[in-house]
Amino acid sequence: MSVDAGSGGFVQDIRSKNAGPFWITIDLFCTDAAAFSALCEALSTQAVADALCTTAERLQRFDIAALNVIKFSAPREVVQGARADRDMHGASYAVVIKELIDALERTELERKETESQLS
Amino acid sequence: MVKVLIPSGALGISVDPDALERGLRMRPDIIAIDGGSTDSGPHYLGTGSCKYSRASVKREWRLLMQARARLGVPLLVGTAGTCGTDAMVDWLLDITREVAVEEGQSLRVATLACSQNPAATAQAYEAGTLTPLPGAMPLNGEDIAACSNIVALAGAEQINAALATGAEIVIAGRSTDTAVIAALPLSRGCHPGGAWHGAKIGECGALATNNPATGAILIEFDAEGFTVRPSGEGVRATPLTVSAHMLYENADPFILHEPGGQLDVRNATYTAVEGDTSVRVTGSVWHPSERYTVKLEGARLAGYQTTSLVLVRDRRYVEAIDQWIGQLREAFEQREGGNIAGAYSLEFRLIGSNATLGALETRRHDAHEIGVLSVITAATQQAANDIAKLLNPYLLHYALTPNEPMPTFAFPFSPPEMERGGLHEFVLNHVMTLETPMEAFALDVVEVGP
Repeated sequence: MSVDAGSGGFVQDIRSKNAGPFWITIDLFCTDAAAFSALCEALSTQAVADALCTTAERLQRFDIAALNVIKFSAPREVVQGARADRDMHGASYAVVIKELIDALERTELERKETESQLS
Repeated sequence: MVKVLIPSGALGISVDPDALERGLRMRPDIIAIDGGSTDSGPHYLGTGSCKYSRASVKREWRLLMQARARLGVPLLVGTAGTCGTDAMVDWLLDITREVAVEEGQSLRVATLACSQNPAATAQAYEAGTLTPLPGAMPLNGEDIAACSNIVALAGAEQINAALATGAEIVIAGRSTDTAVIAALPLSRGCHPGGAWHGAKIGECGALATNNPATGAILIEFDAEGFTVRPSGEGVRATPLTVSAHMLYENADPFILHEPGGQLDVRNATYTAVEGDTSVRVTGSVWHPSERYTVKLEGARLAGYQTTSLVLVRDRRYVEAIDQWIGQLREAFEQREGGNIAGAYSLEFRLIGSNATLGALETRRHDAHEIGVLSVITAATQQAANDIAKLLNPYLLHYALTPNEPMPTFAFPFSPPEMERGGLHEFVLNHVMTLETPMEAFALDVVEVGP
């Protein structure tokens, strides 16, 4: 995988929120067009599905170049406010994806360091 | 041209008086505000209650009623009292009566009732006239009939019927967030795509600007599109802040479903205007649907809950918290199971470890203390309380190993059990087809004042 997150990293903000009681939606605001392009390549829908304990088939993905945004939407695995729900507004799903992006950035950094050492 | 002033994202959150004042100087044709949402969970619809205090709602509503009187324009609120049931429309009408007397205002107030009969809705479901939306859970008629409240979401047609009465104030029950903003522009012939798109951008007040905390925003609608004008001092709307708001709380970033059709913003263009403080938007398209449908929301009681919180600070227990809780649960169920009649659930949420994310948590905690939140759900409040009392000695003294001095953990409250009351859950994620828009709604006009 060859990606370049740039000095500012892939994203400047990630937010998640309910889209009604039965859906969750997550917006990844990339730092710029280059970061958007790189993240589109680096971030697989399957990886996001795994992080959210759902399936790739249930995830809707929108790569929105005009806004440098990648958006994921999925039916909630636990309906908002049901007994097992832990996050009424769904805002903490963003943390899960942020840690996934952080891991991608660390991988990229390690790759760069290795390339630097080899050269 | 129609100018709609949205004084804040929701009635009861707070209204910035300065931003409101600047908005009023822009001479809006109507003041429109949202009064609710499902976003804080099913409790409010289940119980027919408001999230915000009556005092704060009255304080803000008074400001808006004073503003309305100054300009002589209609004041409109949708989804009264968080959930928009008929009882909450009456609740806000009572507040309106009080303020009208106190302010010496004689007014005509139109109310729009949106509550649906659960038994009749269940029959409609069994007859196949309700259509499930994506993500709807499996249901039967009994599930629907068991709802304590069901509301239909009013669209622009119902809001305009209320405005057409000539009332100075409209108090609408459950309405789509956008309908209260789009209604007047639509009735006056503004661009339909622009009306719905601008309404979506303005639904949360200044959230579509660089300073959401300022609350107020003005949307100017016309024959080709709309212009977003923040009213807070120094606040800017940019093409990015405006276009990004279409993503907010919306599963599809380009399509928005509303009663009577859908908005498509794929070809919308966003242009900075007026010294980069405002944004002009054109190119949005409204596609009318063949059937006129309204969305339904319902909530039912799903049991009663009691919680307790105990704090674990001993390093050995913190490091072995999962083992401790596992052993504690096993001992509790083994020794007390026979003393508990009826089904119940017992859940431990470990604050400092996995309380927020549960199964999604991937990190091993490095906390120095853990809060153990016990959540008991049972068929009655008494049963939930009794189980919590049975559990208390275990949380207080349960030892990790058999041969150690009896530990004692920290309870911050006496009594440790906290009654949560009824647990409600959302039920419906369906639309209902109507022959005419007012079929499921009721309009009334009353006079209020001294």
